Amino acid sequence: MAYVLRRLLEMIPVLLIVVAATFFLAHAVPGGPFDKDRPLPAEVKARLEQYYGLDQPLPVQLGNYVVNLAQGDLGPSIKYPGWSVREVIGSRIGVSASLGLVSLLLAVLIGVPVGVLAASRPNSWLDRVPMGFTLVGICVPSFVLGPVLALIFSLGLGWLPPCGWGSAIHYVLPACTLGLITAAPLARLTRGSLMEVRSLDYVRTARAKGVPPLRVWFVHALRNALLPVVTYLGPAAAGLVSGSFVIESLFDVPGMGRLFVTAIINRDVMLILGTTIVYAVALLFLNLAADLANAALNPKVARSR
Amino acid sequence: MSEPVVESLASESGWQRFRRDRAAVWSGWFLVSIAAVCFLSPLIAPYPYMAQDLAHSAAAPSPAHWLGTDLLGRDVLSRLLQGGMISLCVGLIATSVALAVGICYGVLAAEVGGRAEDALMRFVDIVSTLPLTLIVILCTVVFGQNMPMIFLAVGGVSWLTMARIIRNQTRELKASQFVQAAESLGQSRWGIFCRHYLPNLAGTIAVCATLTVPGVMLLEAFVSFLGLGVKAPMTSWGLMIKEGADIMEECPWLLISPSVVFALTLLSLNFLGDGLRDAFDPRSSRK
Repeated sequence: MAYVLRRLLEMIPVLLIVVAATFFLAHAVPGGPFDKDRPLPAEVKARLEQYYGLDQPLPVQLGNYVVNLAQGDLGPSIKYPGWSVREVIGSRIGVSASLGLVSLLLAVLIGVPVGVLAASRPNSWLDRVPMGFTLVGICVPSFVLGPVLALIFSLGLGWLPPCGWGSAIHYVLPACTLGLITAAPLARLTRGSLMEVRSLDYVRTARAKGVPPLRVWFVHALRNALLPVVTYLGPAAAGLVSGSFVIESLFDVPGMGRLFVTAIINRDVMLILGTTIVYAVALLFLNLAADLANAALNPKVARSR
Repeated sequence: MSEPVVESLASESGWQRFRRDRAAVWSGWFLVSIAAVCFLSPLIAPYPYMAQDLAHSAAAPSPAHWLGTDLLGRDVLSRLLQGGMISLCVGLIATSVALAVGICYGVLAAEVGGRAEDALMRFVDIVSTLPLTLIVILCTVVFGQNMPMIFLAVGGVSWLTMARIIRNQTRELKASQFVQAAESLGQSRWGIFCRHYLPNLAGTIAVCATLTVPGVMLLEAFVSFLGLGVKAPMTSWGLMIKEGADIMEECPWLLISPSVVFALTLLSLNFLGDGLRDAFDPRSSRK
């Protein structure tokens, strides 16, 4: 408990650094949100900037922002007048979160069993073929796999809609793309770590004392072997985030990734800051969750805290 | 593990071990030839990469244009070579940036030791959980999408793993007897760094660098794919894949050729890195 509290407290300075870095970067982007094809009258622009607080010196703006942030207020969106950043993100975050979770689930459900299968018969075709595929999975980026899957399953076979959002069927292509890409390193990690664990003394002891082979495999070996896999889920989530930028624009999914990219193109400083913070918080919590899961699996880690 | 095996391993050099790894050697040659062709592209490309031939736009592969032409009638092969030059440049330069920062940070952390070391490494842990792709995208926009800044931004977020590995190795070296001997003989820290740390870290650095290049190239491709990286009329593999994906129904060859070359390059880099690690990293033994 004290450990969780310490980790939560640690997040505060990290978030402050992220906010400050993003704040100055976002303000350094050339061109402001009110620069249009036709310039606005100077006094209108000045009033707008005053309304959004953009006329004050940067450190003051940053201070105000942090104070508001502490109260859960992410400020007004500039590109979507009348909307607060919180509302804009709130309308999108469900889409991205559900897509991300489905992809992560898919990755675990594919990656771990494939790794176990490969490790159960090392150097047989059961090992070589899936591992060859995972190597391809590591080298083919999501923005190649996505179009290829769309080419085959929606344009070629006509089974799935190529893009759009709204019903469960729209999840299939984007979630498969992200899930397969993430499953590849997971499978390799599972295999490698199982191979290591199964040569350890305690597994031999378990076998020698007559524990049924399947029980040795799943109860004794797998529990230990999954530790690095669980730890990897944190970075894997970060990979899903960057993958989602591409996938969302590719499959026309109205999620956070697209929101961030359009916010940058529109120079919507408030929205850029808001999305970055939400992503940072989500990743920090996912990493914490991965560490806690690791502790739950591994009594040694739990005791050392 | 019996004694003679260890001896026979020790008696052959890393290069001999490396040369036995077929996949790694072929990958190496593949990369060398890709790099040679791409960097010589101004001389050997069949057409200038920005020359438009609107009469033959969006043409399928033919003897005149081996890989076809794009919507503006530009030769895909020539653009592929020019894009490769950019992608490989990003890979090499950004990796060098990441190497320089990672080595300095890792060695520094190991050298200061104690609480400061813990703090430095905790910082690396925390930063590596952050959404770094977002920061790279922001940086490229801020600095106007010019090439040197893309190199710097991509390299600037890729040094974390490197710093971790270098720090672990340096810690071991620092505790080793020959470094302690050098210390007791009064060699300066800088001297120890140049004479003892760097030569002993060289293998690790080479492996790390090879395995960092694909990640860096992927990052550049991501950013270019989103339209925030390399700017027209120049191109990179990521940008070509993006343009190909947009019209893959009508002109699949625009998507296929850059995707295949990009994936093969990443694959070879991974093979090469694994081969180098197996050959030069004493702790990884092939099972």
